[in-house]
Amino acid sequence: MTIAFELLLILALILCAVSALTSRRLLVAVVIYMAYSLIMTVIWALLQSPDLAITEAAVGAGVTGILFLTTLKKIHALKGTKDE
Amino acid sequence: MKKNTWKAFTAWVNGTAEESRPLRREAGQSAHEKHPLFHLNEEMRVRLFRWEYRAVALIVCLTVVAVLLFTVFHLPLFGEPNNPAVNEVVERYVEKGLEETGAVNMVSGMILDYRAFDTFGESSVLFLAVTSVMMLLLRDEKNISAEEDIQEAHERIIEKEASDRILQKVVSLVMPCIFLFGIYVVLNGHISPGGGFSGGAIMGAGLILYGSAFGTDKVREIFTMKTFRRITSSALLCYAASKAYSFYTGANGLPTGIPLGTPGAIFSSGLILVLDICVGMVVACTMYGFYVLFARGEI
Repeated sequence: MTIAFELLLILALILCAVSALTSRRLLVAVVIYMAYSLIMTVIWALLQSPDLAITEAAVGAGVTGILFLTTLKKIHALKGTKDE
Repeated sequence: MKKNTWKAFTAWVNGTAEESRPLRREAGQSAHEKHPLFHLNEEMRVRLFRWEYRAVALIVCLTVVAVLLFTVFHLPLFGEPNNPAVNEVVERYVEKGLEETGAVNMVSGMILDYRAFDTFGESSVLFLAVTSVMMLLLRDEKNISAEEDIQEAHERIIEKEASDRILQKVVSLVMPCIFLFGIYVVLNGHISPGGGFSGGAIMGAGLILYGSAFGTDKVREIFTMKTFRRITSSALLCYAASKAYSFYTGANGLPTGIPLGTPGAIFSSGLILVLDICVGMVVACTMYGFYVLFARGEI
């Protein structure tokens, strides 16, 4: 059961990494990157390092993604929003 | 000499430095003309460059992947007792850690007691990073043009019109929980998983969420440039002062007279609680500072 779950997580991680690189829209790439961090959080928790899991959830999935989004907004690269 | 350097540095920061370096264009141009590809027409050159770029990128990527995979297959397995990572340092931390630092959470005991100077360096690096971002992006009269001011005013109008009811309601429900959890993680750093950095990052993320839902003007009612400066610098100074005793006791852990308390209680494990609070303050302020400087250019 656990092995199957871990395999699923690894596959999802690789899928996220590849699709973040290949996605055409930058907004989608940032969201996929945040999903990647979320999966990584679960993996850290499974590897028995809850300290890292908390940090990854706050920094990787939260703050880094928001910084990417604000930078994209600043350079007007977000398509489909009012500031374009 | 010293004054001149300082003057040049301030001129560089303010963007008023003169371009004094001569441009060596002639030499470069003649070398460029000698290149065999120079005489091809523009389109051909662009196509060739694109092809070369893709081939080189593919080769580099495949090489790096191959090297990493090769290394990974030769690593020892996770959690084996004969791994090289399991040496006398780890043994000492695991066996004597609770006794010497008084922290139930062994990771906190390591990073805030045995290696507290490393953590001080990390906090200072964050502080330096936010200072550099401020040098680049802070808006003041030397850094901003009239055109950008007009654009900024437009963006403010858009932001006001597009204030999101659902986001605001959800944030006003979730925000207290996020802050409480962040404070809990900071204060329980020596008992449960977490600590200064993670708790500070949670609080910073909460501040960012609040700022993006209600506008950064609302945050400025409680968190201005003045509070930012005061909190970060006083937290760093407090960290440095409370770890300064290590210079006198040395690395071998001479008796310091700081009571360790009963392990598991909130007021235990010496100075770890104080250091956790300092790191949490610095991290929360710098996280929010990064966001606001990128989004608005001012705190």
